[in-house]
Amino acid sequence: MRRLLVALLVPLTLAVAPAALASEQHPTLGELEGQVMCPTCHTTLDQSSSPVAERIRVFIRARIAAGDTRSGIKRELVAQFGPAILAAPPRRGFGLLAWWLPLVGLLAGIGAVSVAVWSWSRRREPTGPAQATAPLDPELEQRVDEELARLDA
Amino acid sequence: MASSGKLAAQALAVAAVVGLLALLVWKVTHQPGSGVEKALSAGKHPPAPLFTLARLDRPGRLSLTSLRGKAVVVNFWASWCRPCKEELPVLEQTWRRYRDRGLVVVGIDAQDFSGDAKRFARKYGITYPIVHDGPGATLGRYGVTGFPETFFVDRTGRLVGAHISGSILSNRKIKAEFEASVRRALGS
Repeated sequence: MRRLLVALLVPLTLAVAPAALASEQHPTLGELEGQVMCPTCHTTLDQSSSPVAERIRVFIRARIAAGDTRSGIKRELVAQFGPAILAAPPRRGFGLLAWWLPLVGLLAGIGAVSVAVWSWSRRREPTGPAQATAPLDPELEQRVDEELARLDA
Repeated sequence: MASSGKLAAQALAVAAVVGLLALLVWKVTHQPGSGVEKALSAGKHPPAPLFTLARLDRPGRLSLTSLRGKAVVVNFWASWCRPCKEELPVLEQTWRRYRDRGLVVVGIDAQDFSGDAKRFARKYGITYPIVHDGPGATLGRYGVTGFPETFFVDRTGRLVGAHISGSILSNRKIKAEFEASVRRALGS
């Protein structure tokens, strides 16, 4: 099992890592437009044509042409507009909460559903066989026998 | 035992929902700046929200409290805003005309590149103090929803007169409101 996991993960990492490195070293405007917010319209840059969004696009184009890295460009934007300019919260300090909270919520949900399913399945077990072996009312049994005999005749 | 566990889980769920509702109510009722706007439109004179921001016209910082005793015209602008450019001559003229009587015009450049704002100020010959608020932290406190917007602070630090949303030169009525508000801030 462990070998299978390694066999799957290693090629995947080797395939993704160069692309991520290339994106960091040579970012594109299209890619950054989805990661940067328009400060006045509160949407990502790729969905805005406001004057400040246009100005930020010009800035990003100039920085890309000057050979800046993706994180370098983001750093400069944060220095000018504050951390809210980034679409994703930072992966440190209070921003970490936004990254980990959904995962914690998902795990808690899975845990809660598992406990509920386990408790329901345990509750049903003793009731099944008891119902199957319960004796019929003698009067009712006699009536059923009579009805069946009439049908056979 | 099982029912007490169920009860605890239900109580926890209800507490979580109540907590989220309380957070929502708090967020709505504490919308920054809404209090100032409401108070101004009701004819009240709330204290002007304070700020301390980096100066763009010279090194250092400028705080509103340091201007106590003076009348202040607080103008929110950005270099990418066209109407802001139109009203600049009026603000510059007002500053030059009344500075000896204790009036200061403060331009708060918000949601803008500081380099752009400096070039803009040089190009259009702004001589009154300008400060930079890149993240726009002061906008919420004043309830600014667009550029330009102008507020007037009297010598005691209270907001007076009109709150001008849009260019001072939009029409004659607004220009008259601007002049009347300057006089009110000066206490004349």
